[in-house]
Amino acid sequence: MLEKALTGGKGYWGWIFFLLGIIGLGFINYLRQFNYGLGITGLSRDVSWGLYIAQFTFLVGVAASAVMLVIPYYLHNYKKFGKILILGEFLAIASVLMCMLFIFCDMGQPMRVMNVILHPTPNSIMFWDMCVLSGYLVLNLVIGWTTLGAELKEVPPPAWVKPLIYLSVPWAVSIHTVTAFLYAGLPGRELWLTAIMAARFLSSAFAAGPALLILLALIVRKLSNFDPGKEAIQSVAKIVTYAMSVNVFFFLLEVFTAFYSRIPAHMAPIKYLFVGLEGHTRLVPFMWTAAALAFVGLVLLINPNTRENESILPFALIAVFVASWIDKGMGLVIGGFVPNPFERVVEYSPTAPELLITLGVYGIGALVLTVLYKVAVAVKQAVGPGEAHH
Amino acid sequence: MSIDRRQFLKIAGFSTILGIGAATAVNSVRRDAAEASQVESGPDALKAKRWGFVIDMSKFKTDDDFKRVIHACHSIHNVPDFGEPKDEIKWIWKDAFERVFPEQENTYMTGEMKEKPFVVLCNHCAEPPCVRVCPTKATFKRKDGIVMMDMHRCIGCRFCMAACPYGSRSFNFRDPRGKDENGQPFIKEINPEFPTRTKGVVEKCTFCYERLAKGLKPACVEKSGGGIVFGDLEDPNSEVRQLIGKQYTIRRKPELGTQPSIYYIIGGSENA
Repeated sequence: MLEKALTGGKGYWGWIFFLLGIIGLGFINYLRQFNYGLGITGLSRDVSWGLYIAQFTFLVGVAASAVMLVIPYYLHNYKKFGKILILGEFLAIASVLMCMLFIFCDMGQPMRVMNVILHPTPNSIMFWDMCVLSGYLVLNLVIGWTTLGAELKEVPPPAWVKPLIYLSVPWAVSIHTVTAFLYAGLPGRELWLTAIMAARFLSSAFAAGPALLILLALIVRKLSNFDPGKEAIQSVAKIVTYAMSVNVFFFLLEVFTAFYSRIPAHMAPIKYLFVGLEGHTRLVPFMWTAAALAFVGLVLLINPNTRENESILPFALIAVFVASWIDKGMGLVIGGFVPNPFERVVEYSPTAPELLITLGVYGIGALVLTVLYKVAVAVKQAVGPGEAHH
Repeated sequence: MSIDRRQFLKIAGFSTILGIGAATAVNSVRRDAAEASQVESGPDALKAKRWGFVIDMSKFKTDDDFKRVIHACHSIHNVPDFGEPKDEIKWIWKDAFERVFPEQENTYMTGEMKEKPFVVLCNHCAEPPCVRVCPTKATFKRKDGIVMMDMHRCIGCRFCMAACPYGSRSFNFRDPRGKDENGQPFIKEINPEFPTRTKGVVEKCTFCYERLAKGLKPACVEKSGGGIVFGDLEDPNSEVRQLIGKQYTIRRKPELGTQPSIYYIIGGSENA
């Protein structure tokens, strides 16, 4: 099926080469980092994780969100998701791949990556995260590729895929739960030490992931005659609405616990994020942008008139996506390190090479996604309109 | 019994996977049986069930008292100086009381006490969060309580730095064996008896395990003029236990349950 990605118009190849350019730029900068060390980034002994780990965390959520399509389609027999489902599964593949690359970029000794397998350490959450992420990648590759291949041959997918699909449901929940446990089990990092961390991760994932999926589906619809269906898009939009509402609610629970108990260590990181601490306010404008976008996005999504208007819906989804990205891709990880164990504020901002490497990884993700979507759309077009077989 | 090509390939494939898997499993069991990155104990080696320090801050009177201890540790352990706080590596250093013990917040404490410098280093916790989170066992707890680092196994994921509630860990953001723009080496004078590290690994105080193995006191203890006392916390007759029994001591963030092995006698005034 992969050969279907080899035929395309000028626009398609232009996009591919543009992505290759970005990837090349990222790769050159990665070589610089490899040579110099992680000192090339803005990281320090106080803020020892930054942009890379934050992107990893955010993208695990995007990957997990495919389950929001799998559950209605396979467990509730909601056939309207028949077409958009493959876009969700392929988005999961690209996202997990990016997660792994971000972890790799963050490692001080990337050549020793196999040590995690050579010296398996079950008490480390990182070990389990590696297990569930690789498992999820394999699951989605096998499921997505097999169901699409069956569709091309116009036969029902083989019976052995069904158990794998059912397995992928709890597995998707597990990848984001385990990722939350990376943070939620650390003594002395008060922003992260919360029992609802996994719940918050899942709610923000199920908002941001499906929001991105709809945006991608709208782009695919514009670029080809593949239409996932208005009803499917509206259903996913409702999922985004519920998930984002829950996400904001969970965040407010954190604010209440910290500020009603008035325990200084619990208030400090939230203060740092939203009003600044000891005069350090680098993240404040970002966090308020996120808050405003979350509010606007929710208003537009909750109101059925604006949600059902397909010229307004994309803006609502962009607002939700960017808000979740700032919250998780910036605030959550950096905020956990501020103030440091000595209650000092040491700020962090990424450097140019760090940003370019990050962009490069996103470029790889976009390239993989483009190729997979191209194949998926070509298969759907070859089969023609009509009910999908799986 | 005859098998066709397809079956043969299946069996061959599965056997290979099983073989590689089994070999890896056996290897990992065998390797983990021995603790990594150790030195052979000599006949005079100092031994304990759980090593610990009692640091008497009243014995640290001048800035020189701190400098001597810090320099002794950092010079024999080839701790690099990158000349920039962002990339800083430190095994033992000083910080103000209110920073070292933020949970002891006291509105009416004098500025002098709040600013009083304290010696800080790895706490060699009995329940070390860094060991719990390390995905490769590159950091591990020895039988004598020392929280060790294997710099050859560390993958540089820095999970231990996020997990340590004491900020005791440093990361080699640059190559410590390198030189700065002016051609000055980051390690002023290399001690050939202790390994230098590579970039991309985490490091910290290792309780001078290499000196204990030769029957020597930890370097900071030796240069502290009695300010740092070391011994076996499990032995009721040890000097550290005698001190803890007689004087009021505090530990950093005990509420986290990490059970630090570093005890502090505050000192600072006649009544302390």
